[in-house]
Amino acid sequence: MTTLTAGEVEVTPPRRRTWGWTRGLGVSGWLSIGVLVLVLLLAVVGPLLASQDPNEGNLAQGFGAPSVEHWLGQDANGRDLLTRLVVGARTAVIGPLLVVVASTILGTVLALAAAWFGGWFDTAVARVVDAVFAFPGLLLAILATALFGAGLPAAVAALSIAYTPYMARIARSAALRERGMPYIAALRVQGIHGLSICVRHILPNIRTLVLANATISFGFALIDLAGLSFIGLGVQPPTADWGAMVGEGLAGILQRYPQESFYAGALIVATVAAANVLGDRLTTRSEGRS
Amino acid sequence: MTAQAGGAPTASGAPGTPTTPAAPTRRRGSGLAIARFAVARVVGLVATLFVASIVIFGALFLAPGSPITFLTHGRSMSPEAVKALEHEYHLDESVPAQYWHWLTGVLHGDFGTSILYHDSVGSLIASRVVNTVALVLFSAVLIIVLGLSIGIYAGLRPGRLAGTLMGTSTALMAVPAFVAAVVLTLVFAVDLGWFPVFGSGSGLLDRIHHLVLPSVALALASVAFVGRLTNAAVREELAADHVQTAISRGLPYRFVVRRHVIRNAAVPMLTVAGLTVAGLIAGSVVVEQVFQLNGLGSFLVTAVQQKDFPVVQAICLIYVTSFVVLNTLIDLLYSFLDPRIAVGRGPS
Repeated sequence: MTTLTAGEVEVTPPRRRTWGWTRGLGVSGWLSIGVLVLVLLLAVVGPLLASQDPNEGNLAQGFGAPSVEHWLGQDANGRDLLTRLVVGARTAVIGPLLVVVASTILGTVLALAAAWFGGWFDTAVARVVDAVFAFPGLLLAILATALFGAGLPAAVAALSIAYTPYMARIARSAALRERGMPYIAALRVQGIHGLSICVRHILPNIRTLVLANATISFGFALIDLAGLSFIGLGVQPPTADWGAMVGEGLAGILQRYPQESFYAGALIVATVAAANVLGDRLTTRSEGRS
Repeated sequence: MTAQAGGAPTASGAPGTPTTPAAPTRRRGSGLAIARFAVARVVGLVATLFVASIVIFGALFLAPGSPITFLTHGRSMSPEAVKALEHEYHLDESVPAQYWHWLTGVLHGDFGTSILYHDSVGSLIASRVVNTVALVLFSAVLIIVLGLSIGIYAGLRPGRLAGTLMGTSTALMAVPAFVAAVVLTLVFAVDLGWFPVFGSGSGLLDRIHHLVLPSVALALASVAFVGRLTNAAVREELAADHVQTAISRGLPYRFVVRRHVIRNAAVPMLTVAGLTVAGLIAGSVVVEQVFQLNGLGSFLVTAVQQKDFPVVQAICLIYVTSFVVLNTLIDLLYSFLDPRIAVGRGPS
């Protein structure tokens, strides 16, 4: 990597491609990355930060106002809201993350294989993708919880399947475009193995688009999983989870104690907004390059 | 429409493979292509629905344990009762025969018997479907009217207001329907008392009154999404060479906008709006739950919680069917609006 000292003028740096995708993100892009990193950190270390038991409350202090002990107040059961929000980041973020990783890997591999082999394999993949498209993600997740019981594992597995077609479709058309390029023909003439061409040449060139799509999918997956927990089919009580907390706070809304729903909802919106904006910037970048 | 639609099933292949453009006169060529495209789409629709029905039916066999323990919730029952239940759900027959019974039943409007209510699923659903359809229709109107007008306005009149509108849209796109529902309830139902907190009401006006908050909650993010995409489409068309030429030739601005900008932008606009409306079908589940609208969605959630599987199957099938049919209709509309798509030369 080239290190530039102050005052030096940057003239087409030699290894631009390595970190190319971070260029041109703009303020909003970097801000979104910041929010997402914070949220991810919270998901990883959140439970370690909590000094209070998220599930232990004092019923007498239901809807307690913010105090020195409880910075954001307490929920209907007198549990500390801040602790539950911090701990709830884990289920709220890890679920969508798993969905995105699984569907991105599956979708990209399918897309590369379909674009590379073409013919009947391509047609078969397209048909399967079309069939899965018929099931909206949330519906497939609800069906899965009907079969395997309410909870995150069934929902995450179902959403991973439901999200794969979106990734596969976008990655396939990008891979097809790359495949038609002269440099691929040149590589083939040199006798380079197809797998190697796919992984080392096509994949890097569609990387930004895949990443952009994965980022946007993360927001959608978060909304779907939080919605599932909200209606009581996802993360089960008493586990803290942002989506479930918006739902649990409904009782407080009617009594004009909207804190719980409000804070949890705001965290969801902020995370999804960050994912959307970053995905948008990345998409613009990937279009600008091709 | 066109009689010569029949013909061999077209190998619709990959969109990337260029088919040799047909030589005949433009009109006839594109008409035939549209007819072919329509037939291929309808065949695809039937195939997709067939696969979906297998998935929904087969789900019962994916569940841990045998279907009969699933149907009885693991309660111990007398062997006669189990026999009767097996017979009722045709579990004493082979799996393909069971599927055949179920499918023919469904095609005749018979979705089986609810385990929980001991009533026909068809009639249980029929009494609730109105609420869901009303919710989705109301939201669809909001999305199409508001989304398109915001997008077209911001696209044609860039400026501070347009910028604010687009910025707000970006933020609103990140608001899930259930968060919107909670905030709307707090502000407009609890604080201001303009609308009821939940329930579906009785009588036409009362029903509409009860539907306002749920529809807005369901439509909000989609209005923002459609608005942004419409804005982008309009701006792209405005910048196009032929539009700039028309303006510089001194044609009236309104005429140029109507004939060249809106017409060309209509294809992406209507497609996105249509797809978003199709996407509402799943989103309505969550919104119905918040406002206790007693539609298909809240019935589905109850059925899942109570493990009333015939109801779950029926509602899933209805949702998937309406989603797929809507998507196909949009595709067809798309190709009528822009025949290039059916011919395979379109900006896919």
